[in-house]
Formats: sequence, structure tokens, C-alpha cells
Amino acid sequence: MSEQGRTITYTDAGVEALREEMRRDESIVYIGQGIGPRGGNFRQTRGLWKEFGDHRLRDTGICELGATGVAIGAAMAGTRTIVDEVFLDFALEAITQIIQQAANISYMSNGKIKAPVLIRGAMGSVRSAGAHHSHTFYNWFANTPGLKVVLPATPYDVKGLFKTALREPGPVVFIEHKSLYNTKGIVPEEEYLIPLGDAHTVREGQDLTIIAMSRMVDLAVKAADLLAEQGISAEVIDPRSIVPLDRKKITNSIKKTGRLMVIDESPSYCSFAAELLAIAVEDCFDDMHVNPKRICSLPVPNPFSPVLENRMIPSVDRIVNEVHLMMNK
Amino acid sequence: MAKPSLARKVDHKLLLNAYRKMLELRLFELKVQELYRNARLPGFVHLYVGEEAVAVGVCMNLIDKDLVFSTHRGHGHALAKGVPADVVLAELWGKVTGSSGGRGGSMHMYAPEWGFMGTNGIVGAPIPLATGGALSAKLRQNGQVVVSFFGEGAVNSGSFHEAVNMGTVWDLPVVYVCENNLYATEMAFSRATKNTSVARRAESYGLPGVEVDGQDVLAVHRVAKTAIDRARAGGGPTLIECKTYRYVGHHEGDPGTDYRTREEVQHWKEQDPLKRARKSLIESAVADEGKLQAVDQEVERLIDQAVEFAEKSPEPSPDSIDEHVF
Repeated sequence: MSEQGRTITYTDAGVEALREEMRRDESIVYIGQGIGPRGGNFRQTRGLWKEFGDHRLRDTGICELGATGVAIGAAMAGTRTIVDEVFLDFALEAITQIIQQAANISYMSNGKIKAPVLIRGAMGSVRSAGAHHSHTFYNWFANTPGLKVVLPATPYDVKGLFKTALREPGPVVFIEHKSLYNTKGIVPEEEYLIPLGDAHTVREGQDLTIIAMSRMVDLAVKAADLLAEQGISAEVIDPRSIVPLDRKKITNSIKKTGRLMVIDESPSYCSFAAELLAIAVEDCFDDMHVNPKRICSLPVPNPFSPVLENRMIPSVDRIVNEVHLMMNK
Repeated sequence: MAKPSLARKVDHKLLLNAYRKMLELRLFELKVQELYRNARLPGFVHLYVGEEAVAVGVCMNLIDKDLVFSTHRGHGHALAKGVPADVVLAELWGKVTGSSGGRGGSMHMYAPEWGFMGTNGIVGAPIPLATGGALSAKLRQNGQVVVSFFGEGAVNSGSFHEAVNMGTVWDLPVVYVCENNLYATEMAFSRATKNTSVARRAESYGLPGVEVDGQDVLAVHRVAKTAIDRARAGGGPTLIECKTYRYVGHHEGDPGTDYRTREEVQHWKEQDPLKRARKSLIESAVADEGKLQAVDQEVERLIDQAVEFAEKSPEPSPDSIDEHVF
């Protein structure tokens, strides 16, 4: 990662990527609720309407099914589109269009029709948003052949991945985290792209590999800091995209450290964490000193009470404790 | 007096072309039925027998670059938009020469080379897609018009509501064509909704709604022409309700008799669009029996050639399984 640049927020990094790509590619059209003059519920399109106008930033009524279908249809006809579900939860209103139409179209048409549509939504727990506004079901999309799934954890990654996703030939589900929008990081002035399927080694270590995505990366790094003080050297890897997945970097790290801990904000059952453990068993079984382990959100709907919500999602303490148990085996 | 006679002349030439195309759709579907019943074709098929005047009447107004988004009952739409019969049949046979190389089949066949943006296995889903195609056309100012076909079974879905609403508020160049064949699978429209006029629903969205006899190919052509011209001129969408009927069951295998009376089926067969076109052509002396028989034989040959082509075409290679996923 470049050390040169300005410190900006996760939100603004996305806005910068959009502005640059919409200037570069005049066919890009952005469809969603409150993304025009209002600048987005999360300020995720702030200032863009002033530059690109009603034509290219198209506010819709509350109709995710129709709006997502329209975005996919326009993409099939040759216009690159972004459809902003705002909350990823609301993509459920449009899930048939995403899974049945966008994901399948290239295959069903023998590669003759592509749907270059970016489906954007913000996921995850944030300040007691409750059960309807906190889902993290990115693994559902990853289970659907034909969709690419991207989960940026930092402002740097948001910008570089967003720009790449807007040059992909087919559909990309681009999932930000609501709790990360106000976080800050260094973003270079000059243009850069991050390829999909290129995991980021956030921190190098020798004793165990921690894999985390999205907001869980920050927790993993904080846990690794504490563990370092206690003499345990943890390597932290962020896959950044789960389709495609950088299987090589992940397995190389597991083979090096001999231990795997996965941190996942989704519930564990049939999760991306389960997939990573399966990969570890398939590819690194003989190299692992102990059973691989995962720390996931508890399998309950997102509670409203802050006390309950904190209990539900992985925490730094839980990671540190579980790592100690693993190291003592 | 010269003007009306000229208009009639044009209509008759049009009617002969329409007759030929409708016959292609009819004979194609009857051949598919035969092949399917003899277990020659895999999968599931929904046949268009009886509804030919709708696809033909609408699509005769379209130009090559225009787009059609179709339904699960879509072979007729593909043929009417100009996809060759052999390419459609090869797809139904799962062959590599099919429009989707055998990856799609009846309900997922795509032929963008001919402006055919797909049949669809999900009722209602193509309506937003077609609306998006029209958004693309409007933004690119490429003069394309998009036709969205769907059955009356789709109009009670949220997809219809959301898409027609968006297409109308954005004045998109799309024509919404409802093929009201009275039954959504086995569900009579009058049992599914209180307001059984699809055309009248248009008023609530703020676009023109027109009802037309879907068994009269020239009437469909006339109404569609107005709507397509309007869309191309930037006037926005129109909702057309074509009253039509399928003679066959919902899908091949459904006898279609549990929920409809034989009398009703017979009543509709008496208004058969091909018979009506044929009668009109003979009565107006545009064509005699001999000329029409020649047309019939020409179309029969076309279908026979399609069967030969599809049958002889190779299967896809199993090793190609993971091509074109992304």
C-alpha cells in the first residue's frame, strides 16, 4: 500500500472512485434511492449529482425490485449501471433479479450477453440498527455462480476495488460496511486499481493466520496487537474479494503458520468461514498443528439492545481468548 | 378515393406476410409438440399455439436494432423477431448450434444478434429488464424501441407494477404488450383480480392503455404501430392488452382441460388468427388457394429443414461446462 496520499474517509474514497470512473466512462449510470441531490443516505454519492445530473444519477421511488431489474436490463443492453440498494438488507426485495437474471445471463446466453452491473449495498451491525438493517449475507451471493463479491475494509481498498469493479464485464456485488463509512485512511492522489482475487496481507506473522473481511479486519488487527504484546505473532489476511478468492495467498499463509482462525460477521452455519475451514482442510491438512477455528456472529437475528448486539458479534476479547486456547493446544 | 384503396392494398400485402409468419410460428410449435411427445427434446416447453397474431402483429413493426424481452412462452416471440427457426429449434434440442449453445433451452434462449433479449423462466421478471433496455436506448439516443411481452399472469406481480411505473415516469421507449390468454397456468384471471381489464390499469400509472383483439393480426399490427411510433418519437410507453388464447395446456404435458371447458376452447379456435387471415386473403383476392398452398408448403419445408439442422447438430462438449459463467 502506498504511504503517500491524503487521509480521507471510507465514504469519500467511494465517492472519488465513482467520480473518476463516471468521468472516464460516460456510459455509467447510477440508480437508487436518495442518491441524487440528497447525496445518498450514507453520503455515498455526495457531490456527484451536481457534476453528472439527473440523467446519470437517477433517483427512484422505493422499488428495489424494479430498480434492480431496470439496472440489469440496461446493463444487458450495453449501458454500465450501478444500482444502490443503500442497505444490503434491501437487496432482498430484488434478490430474484440479482440471482436469477444478472448472475445467470452470461451463461444462459452462451456468453453473448453480459450484464455489467454493480450492485451496491452496505451491510453489518451498526449502533443497534436491529434485525431489518444489519444483515451480512454476502455468503449467499458467493454461493451463486456468476456473481463476483467484493468486501472492502479500508478507504484505500474501497477506492481501488470500486474502480476495478466498474470495469468488470459482468455483475459485481459490492458490499461496504455501515460501521466503516466514517473510518479514515490514506488514499493516494494518483490513480490505482486493486485486482479482484488479490488478498491483502494486512500484517505479517509467524504463529497463526487470522483471516477476516470487512469490519472484522479492524478487530483482527487490534487482537493481533494485543497478542503481539503477549508474545504471539499473528498474520492477518483480508481476502478483499470472496469471489474470486485468493486461495493461494491464504493457503500459503496457513502452511507457514500451521494455525488458522477465521473471523466472520455472518453466522457460522454454511458461511464463508466454513468455506475457509474447508479449504484449509483440503489444502493444508498436513501442515496444520491444530484444528482450524472460526469466530462468527451468534446464530440469532440482530438484536436491538446494545448489550445483546455486542454479545452477538465477534469482539477483540473473544478473538484474543480463542487464540490463546488454540496456542495452548 | 385513391387513398383508401391504397391503404387496403398495403394491408393486404402485410396480411400475406403476416399469414406466412404466423404459419411459421404455428407449424414450428406443432413440430415441437410432436418431438417433445416422442421424447426427442429434453426439458419443459410452453407452446404458443393460438397466440401467433400477437407476436407477429407487434414484431412486424420492429426494425432489426429494436429489442424484444420475452417470456416462458417465448418461441413465437423469437421467431417473430427474426431468429431463424433452425437456431431456435437447435436450442430446444440442447445443441451447440442453438441460440445459447444448448446452455439455455426453451425458457432461457437469447439471440441478441437478432435483437432478441431472451425468453425467461420467471414470470414478471422480464418487465423490469425490458424497461432497463429502454433506459439504455434512451440514454444512448440510439433510436431503439423495446417491446416487453408478458402474460396477464404477470400483471398481478410487483415486477409489473414497479417496472411500468418507472418506464412511464421516465418516458422510456418501451411498449408493454400483455398477452391476456385468460389463464395463469390454471388460474383464471377473474379469480386472481377484481379488475380484469389490463388496459384500464394503465390509467393509474399515467400511460395510454389499449385493448385489442389479439386474434386479429392486422388489428394488433395497427395498435402496435401507433405505440411503437410513439415510443420511437420520444413519447413514452404504451400498455397494450391483446385478448388471446392458447389452444394447448400451460406446458406440454398439461392437457389444459381441468380448468377450461371444451366449449370455451372451441369458441376461441373458431376465431383462429390463421383461419381469419386466410379467409380475408381469399375474399379480397390477394391470394387464391393455390398461392396459399404454395406458402404453406414453403413454410413446411422451412420447419423440416430446421428439424434436420437441429437433429444433425452436435451436442456441446462436456468439457465446455464452465465456459461463460462470468
